[in-house]
Amino acid sequence: MLSFILRRILIAIPTILLISVFVFSLQKLLPGDPVLAMAGEERDAEVLEYLREKYRLNDPVPVQYLTWVGNALRGDLGISLRTNQPVTELIAEKLPVTIQLAVMAILFALVIGIPTGIVSAVKKGTVIDYVANIVALSGLSVPNFWLGIMLILLVSVRLNLLPASGYVPLSEDPVKSITTMLMPAFVLGTALAATLMRHTRSAMLGVLKSDYVRTARAKGLHERRVVLKHAFRNALTPIVTLTALLFGELIAGAVLTEQIFTIPGFGKLVVDAVFNRDYAVVQGIVLVTAVGFIVMNLLADVAYVLLNPRLRTA
Amino acid sequence: MSIADPILTRRPESRVWKKFRAHKSAMLGGVLVAFFVLIALAAPILPVPDPAATDWGAVRKAPTAAHPFGTDEIGRDVLARMIWGAQASLLAGVVSVGIAVLLGVPLGIVAGYFGGWTDAVISRCTEALLAAPFLILAIALAAFLGPSLTNAMIAIGLSATPIFIRLTRGQVLSVKAEDYVTSARAIGLPTPKILTRYIFPNVLPPVLVQATLTIATAIIAEASLSFLGLGQQPPAPSWGSMLNTAKNFLNQAPWMAMWPGIAIFLVVLGFNLLGDGLRDALDPREH
Amino acid sequence: MNAFKTSLLAGLLSATALTVQAADLRIALQSDADVLDPDQSRTFVGRIVYASLCDKLVDITPDLELIPQLATGWEWSEDGKSLTMTLREGVVFHDGTPFNAQAVADNIDRSQNLEESRRKSELKSVTGVDVVDDYTVRFNMAAPDATLLAQFADRSGMMVSPTAAKAAGADFGLNPVCSGPFSFKERVAQDRIALERFPDYWNAGEIHFDSVTFLPIPDTTVRLANLQSGDVDMLERLAATDLAQAEGDGGITVERAVSLGYQGITFNVANGEKGDNPWGNDKRLRQALSYALDRDAINQVVFEGAFAPGNQPFPPTSPWYDADHPVPAQDVDKAKALLAEAGYPDGIDLEVQVPNTTVPLQLMQVVQAMAAEAGIRIEITSKEFATLLADQSAGDYQASQIGWSGRVDPDGNIHQFMTTGGGINDSHYSDPKVDEMLNAARASTDFEARKAEYDGARDVLIEDMPIVYLYHQTWIWALDTNLKGFTPYPDGMIRLEGVTLEN
Repeated sequence: MLSFILRRILIAIPTILLISVFVFSLQKLLPGDPVLAMAGEERDAEVLEYLREKYRLNDPVPVQYLTWVGNALRGDLGISLRTNQPVTELIAEKLPVTIQLAVMAILFALVIGIPTGIVSAVKKGTVIDYVANIVALSGLSVPNFWLGIMLILLVSVRLNLLPASGYVPLSEDPVKSITTMLMPAFVLGTALAATLMRHTRSAMLGVLKSDYVRTARAKGLHERRVVLKHAFRNALTPIVTLTALLFGELIAGAVLTEQIFTIPGFGKLVVDAVFNRDYAVVQGIVLVTAVGFIVMNLLADVAYVLLNPRLRTA
Repeated sequence: MSIADPILTRRPESRVWKKFRAHKSAMLGGVLVAFFVLIALAAPILPVPDPAATDWGAVRKAPTAAHPFGTDEIGRDVLARMIWGAQASLLAGVVSVGIAVLLGVPLGIVAGYFGGWTDAVISRCTEALLAAPFLILAIALAAFLGPSLTNAMIAIGLSATPIFIRLTRGQVLSVKAEDYVTSARAIGLPTPKILTRYIFPNVLPPVLVQATLTIATAIIAEASLSFLGLGQQPPAPSWGSMLNTAKNFLNQAPWMAMWPGIAIFLVVLGFNLLGDGLRDALDPREH
Repeated sequence: MNAFKTSLLAGLLSATALTVQAADLRIALQSDADVLDPDQSRTFVGRIVYASLCDKLVDITPDLELIPQLATGWEWSEDGKSLTMTLREGVVFHDGTPFNAQAVADNIDRSQNLEESRRKSELKSVTGVDVVDDYTVRFNMAAPDATLLAQFADRSGMMVSPTAAKAAGADFGLNPVCSGPFSFKERVAQDRIALERFPDYWNAGEIHFDSVTFLPIPDTTVRLANLQSGDVDMLERLAATDLAQAEGDGGITVERAVSLGYQGITFNVANGEKGDNPWGNDKRLRQALSYALDRDAINQVVFEGAFAPGNQPFPPTSPWYDADHPVPAQDVDKAKALLAEAGYPDGIDLEVQVPNTTVPLQLMQVVQAMAAEAGIRIEITSKEFATLLADQSAGDYQASQIGWSGRVDPDGNIHQFMTTGGGINDSHYSDPKVDEMLNAARASTDFEARKAEYDGARDVLIEDMPIVYLYHQTWIWALDTNLKGFTPYPDGMIRLEGVTLEN
């Protein structure tokens, strides 16, 4: 197992390089000139040309890429063309926000999604099952912006219970930080909960009919134990896969939710950066997201083995 | 089917269909989906106003007899736009999920079953695709392929592929270690047969669930793409772009968001029920 | 869980109740500012932040009169080639550096010579700055430039600490040091820009807040919700469609001012191959489009009647507006006749690129429907802004829906768009007579003389119509009713002198 993990960590290095090449070339393919996009209404040709030179945008693309890699290796991810802030600083600023939102949202999703899925599978065909499914699917179909704005109007404007939007660092005031993020995490969590619920239900249905559950029942084990210990454990594969992926996606940023609740995370930053052709910012965030996905996928793969020890030999 | 499966010896298709028909919720799902497909197809002959016809005197008016679903931000009939938008939205939902499934499932099976370098290459590419911001892909596609619904569906399909690869691969990994697969391999059953007989049926349930869920995401994603210049261009309607516009009028004209929201919910509900039914019908253990 | 949440919330509530007492003013902005260096910045919201952070040589009144700020008086030389300013004494920058004539000279030098400076074209006419004495400075020009004073009322006139600027160079924007009523405290990208009271401000008596926090909140509904819930004290650019709701709320005051800018449709007249199309070649088609539009209806449908319909680069309320060419009424027959005259009796297609945001898309769909009545079949291509801008400047477009945020001096709204080779003349429109008149309007400081030149140019431009002007945005601010003393300005800035929060 340890060598497996080590091997994967070693593979991660070329993977990250691959991703950075991929994203860098994609960005260079985009129409639009970063300097012009940044100029807005101030388009002094001379200054634009100077900035192109300064940020080495006139170099051949491979040279630009190698320059970027060279600097990145020294811990310099460049600066934002828009605000002149160093990208490393931006990442350091946004990463805790993004992670906090992701963790809270995924917790919401797990806490709501999995138990509902299990109950729904056990009580298949009953009213409970139907209601759970309909609630889950509406959670999925309700657009995040709608739920978000409705929550703000109700909870913040009408009831004045929670701040409408914004972000308070966890280190500054933990209680306020968590309460401020309750609504966005809930909004994000509902859609994810729906996905997890449907998968849990489906997987549980499959497992509940399998031989070993029947055997367990035949052995006279308590139903609760059968469901939670034998069945659930075997239904976990798709749930693990999805949780890892969804968490990765949350790290990449939840644009709309961030925008509505004005949370300064990766989502809004990367979208603005793409629109402004702020290459260094995009590259930097992709780097972090890539690491996020790699770690999550690795954890999923480790979890598969833990769940199914027979895989260890495979 | 093979003789080895006693349950499936007698006309398996009709048996599946029978089970499916007996599945009440699945039939309801089928009816829902059929309803929207019919509406999408019949849009040109339905007695509704021109979906692009504007009426400056009736901007953002609540539902009335003349406009049963109300009017939108520039005085167009929301019902007509819902009906005409059905086609784009259903296509965006179904075709892009189709692309994702057709690409993702085979790749996932190959990666999971063969493991080693094959798995490594497929999995690392999946990670690359996951980490690349969707927006960049979409803008690049919009710029190079031009604005069209087809290109939007390709973009959405591509971005949804990794999840199917990962889901399939994970499922294959866990099934691969099951006794019946190892013994099938031990007795020398050809690989294609193992894949179709043992692996694929086990991969199907999560894929079905994910596919029916992704339809909702895809319908909504089409809207963000039409904003980037991919997908439907104004004034052609789609549910997603209707929702997107309605976002700015939640206070003043809540119906603008309500109808497309309900429609997306019903379509997704329909496909999910259908998926459940299909899953039960294809499951030989189900009675 | 619920009980737990409620108790958490109760704790939170008492905490927020306290912060209301502290004199922090929270202002919601529509977007995040760019780099906070007056010499390098480009965005409108950036200028809003500067209004509290950086003082300028001169300021404007709501009627666009120029008034003293850091300069207490000024005088043009007889030949109009030099401008002498007397400076306010006793002013210091946030870092304690004294403000004087040398500081002004250093600032102009930086604006003109910092490689990254975006102010070069605004100050192009200045050939030298003489430090006459500690508090007198003279700007020398090769030719008279009437626009210079107005430039000094904006970023070109913002004075930054020469000491800090020298030390930080191009990175000055990370920690800006100016001489405004508030000094820079911190910035978290996309979250907040925090300023705190500068105790040594020369006009400190007029400033009634300990700190100002600017919060970028892009969603208009959410911006308003934040005001309603008391999380912010004021916001800029309320959506016109939210007006009714804000005005109906007893806790909110709404202020507005017609902006200096405009929105319109720019045609590619001669910018590359794509300019060689019927729309670029035949002014009658462009006139037809203008006649096909009901600008009042556009304003009603898209902006609830809150904006100002327009047909010139200056709003009808501006002293520079040419009243001889009033906003035309919709005339579909005339539009059709013009199309027929141009050889398109059965109508014609037009491709318009539009920024991919809600308002422009809504606007263009209304235009599309109106134009269709006259037989103009508009195809809308929505593009994200960077692509749109690149295509526009490269001439890869037929028509483009774009606008201009506006400048205090009329020159800024017209010269660079309409003169041959102008910096933002993406249309590549060129007419020697227009060039001549617009250049002449720059050279005079006399209102009547300048107005005559602009009117003369308008007579030509209203015919040629390289830009079909549509409307002028109205800046709409929504404030907590307890916030008193706010004055709306047509430049859209938020000036905090005299603004107080009463309880």
